[in-house]
Amino acid sequence: MTDLAGSYDVLVAGGGNAALCAAIAAREAGASVLLVEHAPRAFRGGNSRHTRNFRVMHAAPTATLTEAYAEDEYWDDLRRVTGGETDEALARLTIRSSAPALAWMAGRGVRFQPSLTGTLSLSRTNAFFLGGGKALLNAYYRVAERLGVVIRYDAEVRDVRLRDGVAESVEVESDGEITTLRTKAVVVAAGGFQANIEWLKQYWGAAADNFLIRGTPYAKGRVLRNLLDQGAMPVGDPTQCHAVAIDARAPKFDGGIVTRLDAIPFSIVVNRDARRFYDEGEDLWPKRYAIWGRLIAQQPSQIAYAITDAKALTLFMPSMYPAITAATIDELAGKLALDGAALGETLRTYNATVRPGRFNDKILDDCRTDGLAPAKSHWAQRIDTPPYIAYPLRPGITFTYLGVKVDDGARVVMRNGERAENLFAAGEIMAGNILGRGYLAGFGMTIGTVFGRIAGAEAAKHARH
Amino acid sequence: MRATDTVVEARRVMEICNACRYCEGYCAVFPAMELRREFSNADLSYLANLCHDCRGCSYACQYAPPHEFNLNLPRTFAELRAETYREYAWPGPLAALFRRNGVVVSLVVALALAVVLLLTTGLQKPSVIYGLHAGAGAFYAVIPLGLMIAVGLVTFGYALLALAVGYRRFWRDTAAELKHAAGWRAWRRALGDAAALRNLAGGGFGCNDRDESFSTTRRWLHHAIFYGFVSCFAATCVATVYHHVLGWIAPYPLLSVPVVLGMLGGMGLLIGTVGLLILKIVRDPAPGAREVLGADVALLVQLALVAATGLLLLALRDSAAMGALLAVHLGFVLALFLVLPYGKFVHGVYRLGALVHYAAETAPVRSGERVIE
Repeated sequence: MTDLAGSYDVLVAGGGNAALCAAIAAREAGASVLLVEHAPRAFRGGNSRHTRNFRVMHAAPTATLTEAYAEDEYWDDLRRVTGGETDEALARLTIRSSAPALAWMAGRGVRFQPSLTGTLSLSRTNAFFLGGGKALLNAYYRVAERLGVVIRYDAEVRDVRLRDGVAESVEVESDGEITTLRTKAVVVAAGGFQANIEWLKQYWGAAADNFLIRGTPYAKGRVLRNLLDQGAMPVGDPTQCHAVAIDARAPKFDGGIVTRLDAIPFSIVVNRDARRFYDEGEDLWPKRYAIWGRLIAQQPSQIAYAITDAKALTLFMPSMYPAITAATIDELAGKLALDGAALGETLRTYNATVRPGRFNDKILDDCRTDGLAPAKSHWAQRIDTPPYIAYPLRPGITFTYLGVKVDDGARVVMRNGERAENLFAAGEIMAGNILGRGYLAGFGMTIGTVFGRIAGAEAAKHARH
Repeated sequence: MRATDTVVEARRVMEICNACRYCEGYCAVFPAMELRREFSNADLSYLANLCHDCRGCSYACQYAPPHEFNLNLPRTFAELRAETYREYAWPGPLAALFRRNGVVVSLVVALALAVVLLLTTGLQKPSVIYGLHAGAGAFYAVIPLGLMIAVGLVTFGYALLALAVGYRRFWRDTAAELKHAAGWRAWRRALGDAAALRNLAGGGFGCNDRDESFSTTRRWLHHAIFYGFVSCFAATCVATVYHHVLGWIAPYPLLSVPVVLGMLGGMGLLIGTVGLLILKIVRDPAPGAREVLGADVALLVQLALVAATGLLLLALRDSAAMGALLAVHLGFVLALFLVLPYGKFVHGVYRLGALVHYAAETAPVRSGERVIE
């Protein structure tokens, strides 16, 4: 077992992508590094385990990326999804640093592949990790071990003790024992608080009990809370989280990608009372999938059902859970424990308002309802071909936006505007600086990689002076 | 048809993998999986035999145990492959030989060795067996050429027949719904994939031979075995031509074509088999299936023994040990031929079939090409 009593220049709190990038960067800069990961080895890596790609600026096609993706286009994409809730200087720093990061990653064992399939077409903007995020983490952990980073699993950072903007000591709990460590610099890369249901309840009330957490159960936000309580300046809307609709049969935590459901544009979605509540065909699915978690969170009991028929079955990616099927709507209602009469009425009304059109699942087609509220604007087809199929849906929480403010050297900024001398942040715990709201595929990994490297290098520089 | 626990588990794994697809860069299994939404028993037989056990997916899997989804694709497919070997074996009753295959092979080896030695010592005078033989026909003084050819042709011929019937059974089962004919293009691509072990490359960066790190060791060791085997076979063919066409009688000089081919082949076999055996001992056992270990080790040891005794025979062919060594070597060869269709060797046959299937179903459709509806 790793000796916590040893003396280290830099302590890294967390074990995901940002933490590993920080630990490797600090060690390569000559610092001795202790990495403290809350999860056991088998579940190491935080939400990075579930990631798949990395959004990267590039001027010309590469082995795994097509065409080009310039800084300004990248920035425009970010500004659009965040609605301006971003810090342009930090955002442009991240975007510009993403290009050289690709070679840095490859040099540390990360392997890339051309993007092949999936619902989002990202081959131009995103580099895909061969095997996904866990393969990336395996590569980083191996490099970190080889470099001599000391890694402690099953150990949680409980308290980073700040005094006048200086991290004086770090309290680590492991095997029921609490150890206080003094290191020259601290990098916090311990994620958001999306797995902390009690904390989510502060904003969502009892509804949060019905949320499913798509990623790691270890993202409790303990370090984030600890720093905010000690005067670190918050960024990002604390009430907001990235929430998508996932299969209600998914486990409470860590279901990851396979619980995703892309059936909504080709279905109608009803709540517990068998009533529709939102336009399922408002826009192309990649632009709309991230609003459905919130929509379902606002429904009674936070449950909804996507209902469609045999015509739609092959239009979306399969999920790991089988469709619930029935020969009649009544039977389907019975299987879903919905009121059969109400569901029948909802379907009759919907079917009666579907206008004829030319169905095309690839574009915003002209299949829509007329006179229905809420309307279904595209891909509206009569649901009339047995077997009828349904999927139960619940809000699936990916990440939270609340974080600590940092400067361009990844130093944590305090409420009084001063910068912490030896405290650095990287990854989800500071992503709110740049992604204050919305979502851009693969950008979380970019922020984690770029700021992980900066935090690690700066922490090492501080420790060695 | 089969609805064993392994088939049910393989279907569950594929349904989860098909909703994830993160591993699609590793090998042909995942692109083939993505062509399907449901997995029939035949699909699973095909996919399991397409898997080269590189284990890349296992280490990359976010749902690997102890995750509650408990996915272990390499192990599940290895277990399923073992079931398919029994299912397609010909004649059917001999499929039982695949169970406890390590024991079966050991017994066959022991019996074959005993029979050859008993016959040799029973039929030949000790002065012949332990005497010095030199010049043309030295080997045949100990064991008559006619007998060697007869036994070799019958046993190897039978093995080829049984393997061919197995291939046909596999193909009929798994490729029944193939939309495109497996034409020469598909065969060319499949043979190329097999010859290069393209799917044992982990997407180009190597396999997880031992642990999370990547290496191409297993691929190279397999190449050594495969090309070693081919080289030995070629040596035999050349020697046949020498003998029956040119009238040159063995033993041949050290630098003759058959001896050089045999020597290189033997060394390849020895290095490859010993290397793979070591790898089996030192590697992480988690992604593997214990049930198939016996058959794997049995074939490797058999090939190693054939190669080692062959090389030893070459080294000592001018000594008094030649007679006994020849009998021992041929005993091992006989055992190898006898169990060829009822052991791990069949993996090559079904994997080639799966590669042909894959090449056919992923080939771009050309105008004028026959399409089966």
